[in-house]
Amino acid sequence: MLTDKEQRELKIFACEIRKKTLLAIHSIGMGHIGGAMSMVEALAVLYGKVMNVDPANPRKADRDRFVLSKGHCGPSLYATLCLKGYFPEEALTTMNKGGTILPSHVDRLKTPGIDYSTGSLGTGISVAVGSAVGARLTGGSYRTYCIVGDGECNEGQVWEAAMFAAQHQVDNLTVLIDCNKQQLDGWTKDICDLGGLKQKFEQFGWYAQEVDGHDVEAIYDAIVNSQECKGRPSVIVLDTIKGKGCSYAEAAGLCHHLPCSDEQYEHEIALLDEQLQALGA
Amino acid sequence: MYQLAENGTKTDAMRDVLARTLITLARENPNIAVLDADLISASGLKAFQKEFPERTFDCGVQEADMVGIAAGMSESGIIPFTHTFSCFASRKCIDQAFLSACYAGLNVKMIGSDGGVVATTNGGSHQGMEDMGIYLSLPNITLVEPTDANMLRALLPQIVDTYGTFYIRQWRRCTDAVYTEDSTFTIGKGNVLVEGHDATVIASGIEVKQALEAAQILQTQGIRIRVVDMFTWRPLDKELVIDSAQRTGCIVTAENHCLATGLGHAVAACTAESVPVPVGYIGVNEQYGEVGDLDYLMHRFHLTAEDIVTKVLETIARKNM
Repeated sequence: MLTDKEQRELKIFACEIRKKTLLAIHSIGMGHIGGAMSMVEALAVLYGKVMNVDPANPRKADRDRFVLSKGHCGPSLYATLCLKGYFPEEALTTMNKGGTILPSHVDRLKTPGIDYSTGSLGTGISVAVGSAVGARLTGGSYRTYCIVGDGECNEGQVWEAAMFAAQHQVDNLTVLIDCNKQQLDGWTKDICDLGGLKQKFEQFGWYAQEVDGHDVEAIYDAIVNSQECKGRPSVIVLDTIKGKGCSYAEAAGLCHHLPCSDEQYEHEIALLDEQLQALGA
Repeated sequence: MYQLAENGTKTDAMRDVLARTLITLARENPNIAVLDADLISASGLKAFQKEFPERTFDCGVQEADMVGIAAGMSESGIIPFTHTFSCFASRKCIDQAFLSACYAGLNVKMIGSDGGVVATTNGGSHQGMEDMGIYLSLPNITLVEPTDANMLRALLPQIVDTYGTFYIRQWRRCTDAVYTEDSTFTIGKGNVLVEGHDATVIASGIEVKQALEAAQILQTQGIRIRVVDMFTWRPLDKELVIDSAQRTGCIVTAENHCLATGLGHAVAACTAESVPVPVGYIGVNEQYGEVGDLDYLMHRFHLTAEDIVTKVLETIARKNM
């Protein structure tokens, strides 16, 4: 359970993440706005309340690990890491430009705070399972968290990892599925219908929960439940809206990859500032 | 230093030496782990599983996931050895090896069994004629093809101690000794096994033994060839390739692999840039494999000592053209 104060702080953190995400995307003029925005509350809870990390020591041995399996959504993770102090804000406006430390798809060799490199969908969840197994083998007390896209669940490798994790009772792992119902080419139900993801993972032997992916308290409670579950891997299906918190992206419907003009940027920042004001920030 | 074994010397099967050596290393190093993809009963690694069940993961039939998991494990300091057949270790795992291991700068030791014709009765689907070539396209991977079980045993400690992703091509049933038991080797350095001045044969894997036989046949004809065992494909020992080109004026490469992306082309790319000399190729030329015993397949794909002799004579003749 989060206190009212903690909830408010996480909502403020989420607004700040959205602002910095748009700052980065606007600086290059376009980006994966939809999927970056839909997972913001999950990032806010993980980095604002849950994970044991130290921005001053990004490779601290006992830190919790994070895998962004939907690697193209780097911008909101970069915004989160920047706000946590992993690197200065100036880096955000270099995203995707030559020589940047912030490439479109996350790269552990380039960006402080990125634990694993991804960018080919389906690969990150296996790495996350391996990270959790590695902790077990080396006596590490840390936990591994991984965000997977719902469209990404088209990939067979996701289900290979699901079987392995259940077989080997990998219970120091929490996978969060950003179920925003869209993939690049359209609505997931029209492209490659995923059916019930919670039920699928249950069938694969996981402890599965489903929560409102924009409700910080519900996400937090579900993560705590996952930490307490022993003998099984945990998945939390986040019911999210693609483009959440970016009004023109939400209005566009399909919003996997969108431009971000000066006018759009200024309008969205003003809306987010209003939200921050309402939260008393 | 390495020394050639006497003709006809046998070793235990390479897969048993693999398991025994990893067990020995793992007794000293608690971070060594093994992953297999439902071939642990075939890879020899069952023995490792028996001694270290908590450090062994039979993933089931899921090679790609296995390599991804190994990459994730390695971030914590684990040194994971993955195993499957060479065809699957390459064709099914290139994306995970690329992104999760090599691009990410992590530390996975991939073993691919039975590359090329040594897969014999498993046939064309399993004869990974292209495995090393697939991985040659990655910038920061080390590729080795141990020539015999004695070399594999000598290389494994170096592989454990060298941070970075490896692809190790082993022939499970190999019992022919090319080297003595106490031979030592350096990854990245080719071995000059026979000296000669008329041509150099740069060979790898089962072709090393064929090249040594070819050298003997050619000697009876008054032709002396240098024989190089190039067991490390990447990083290629370019210094030795260039030296061989300069000393002997022509090179023949011999590999149990497809020519399109193999050792021969890597060698030729090296000589073309620095010492352009005639190069001849022994290898599988734009064909898929097929079933048969090893002797049949060696003849079918022109990988025998006699084929090397013919290619050497052709290539020497091109020197003055």
